[in-house]
Amino acid sequence: MAESAATQPSRSRDLDKLLLRPGNLVGPRFEPSAQLRDDVQNHARVLVVGAGGLGCELLKDLALSGFHNLDVIDMDRIEVTNLNRQFLFRVEDVGKPKAEVAAKRVMERISGVNIVPHFCRIEDKDIDFYNDFMIIALGLDSVEARSYINNVACSFLEYDSDDNPLEETIKPMVDGGTEGFKGHARVILPGVTPCFECTIWLFPPQVKFPLCTLAETPRTAAHCIEYAHLIKWNEAHGGTAFDPDNPQHMKWVYDEAAKRAELFGIPGVTYSFTQGVVKNIIPAIASTNAIISAACTLETLKIATECSKTMSNYLTYNGSEGLHTKVAEFERDKDCLVCGPGVLIEVDTSVTLQKFMNLLEEHPKLQLTKASITHRGKNLYMQAPPVLEEMTRSNLCLPLFELMGKLSKDVIHVNGMTNKNNQKVSCLRKLRVTFKGVDGVTDMDTAGGA
Amino acid sequence: MIKLFKVKEKQRELAENASGGAPVKKQSAGELRLHKDISELNLPKSCTIQFPNGKDDLMNFEVTIRPDDGYYLGGIFLFSFQVSPIYPHEAPKVKCKTKVYHPNIDLEGNVCLNILREDWKPVLNINTVIYGLYHLFTEPNYEDPLNHDAAAMLRENPKLFESNVRRAMAGGYVGQTFFPRCI
Repeated sequence: MAESAATQPSRSRDLDKLLLRPGNLVGPRFEPSAQLRDDVQNHARVLVVGAGGLGCELLKDLALSGFHNLDVIDMDRIEVTNLNRQFLFRVEDVGKPKAEVAAKRVMERISGVNIVPHFCRIEDKDIDFYNDFMIIALGLDSVEARSYINNVACSFLEYDSDDNPLEETIKPMVDGGTEGFKGHARVILPGVTPCFECTIWLFPPQVKFPLCTLAETPRTAAHCIEYAHLIKWNEAHGGTAFDPDNPQHMKWVYDEAAKRAELFGIPGVTYSFTQGVVKNIIPAIASTNAIISAACTLETLKIATECSKTMSNYLTYNGSEGLHTKVAEFERDKDCLVCGPGVLIEVDTSVTLQKFMNLLEEHPKLQLTKASITHRGKNLYMQAPPVLEEMTRSNLCLPLFELMGKLSKDVIHVNGMTNKNNQKVSCLRKLRVTFKGVDGVTDMDTAGGA
Repeated sequence: MIKLFKVKEKQRELAENASGGAPVKKQSAGELRLHKDISELNLPKSCTIQFPNGKDDLMNFEVTIRPDDGYYLGGIFLFSFQVSPIYPHEAPKVKCKTKVYHPNIDLEGNVCLNILREDWKPVLNINTVIYGLYHLFTEPNYEDPLNHDAAAMLRENPKLFESNVRRAMAGGYVGQTFFPRCI
């Protein structure tokens, strides 16, 4: 009672218990205060990627957890099948952009919250857009989109000369994912915990049926649907690409699949199952989204305030038979091409590409021969195939500094052969190249290392 | 963690002073892995690779196969490859651009090769896929048919199958279907 008298009884009563009081499980730099709570409200900008099943939950949870400056990005429009779980949407919203409606609904319900919607693809935003956020929360359903955001967030990461990540360049991500009754929540602190790419093997490969099975010996409803989708569609529509979001296209595939199912006496082809197979949809469960989103939001709050240590670093949840949940600590791939430090290498601006390749051979850490080098998507030199070797050979006598656009430092990737246990093995390495004597680079590196 | 806010301010200053310029999105892990595959390609003489969009677009390329043995000796077959940013989590998409009378390739250019679909593993690479395609020409098999008629013919009458292949490659009809010349 004494506490509630000291502070105004408010909506943040529960949050205050976490942020205004000291504790035993708090992070090392946690400083409980009303100021902290206000800073979260006023200064912590969080981006929610995706305004679907998870995104709706995340926006609501974050707003109610004291985050008042949110952005949400989603390229989709609301469909009638979303309404059972994407609770911010109503029947009259069908056809409207998810991001815009979700932002509006949460702002109507929770005063003081400002949510900026972005109705576009994640690739449409330039990279600086993502740098403006303190934390990025992911409510996505595809490997591609996660991989893209992970790549963007990791591109802000810089290392000092001792290969330690510079804290101010770490862009934390909190990633949620659900499939039916199963879900995961994870904390990605690039340079500290494994990034998405370090553990991409966690994602099971998509089930793909052999084309000849589809063509010759269908046994299941899914076989019939994939036959119509992958083979029959192209036969009938030549140039027109199949668009899974076009209802007429989907209806055509359904009709063809139904015909084929009848021919082979296979039951179970329905319109909604056709959608499910073609779009690779697994029925979503509202409660799974709610649980995963809650975990993600709590982690976001913990990263922002250090009111508790973040989980390390991957929570799995399975509610299909009873309930099973646990946290596993995955490890970083120290050679990860996306979040790893790479090898720091300092050269003169006069060094030609050929000379640089000789240096790689002599470099004690690398001993890398037969180098093929790529920089920001440009292939500077390729050992093979002959057609590319010819196209890039003229670069060998040019200074690396010029080939890299006269940047004082940047990352390149090198592929080649190296020695491992006295055996030649192929390797792909990330290199942080800095050029000697170009404006202030050395200063910055020592500052970071200090 | 108040400090994090302060740290972020410092980051902004750093970004403004940085001599390397604004951060640029890095190449995707898929592009880098593909770069490795391509730079280590070791193709047989019968296979060549082309990059229609120039040396910096490795994600879209073409492979020409000139079988030096078997039914398809003398033919020239063009394949297009499309590689996704999450390669090698996902197999490359391969289409045969040359219309061919073949039990495992249909008339739309779909290819039934196990490692392109159900048996794809991230440890496989572009070299394996090209060898797999080459193999389809030296040893077409009627057990995984995409072109039902061609498969049945190969199984029941290999001599006639062979003459059908020759006729199709020279430019002509097999049954109702016309095949442009590809020799």
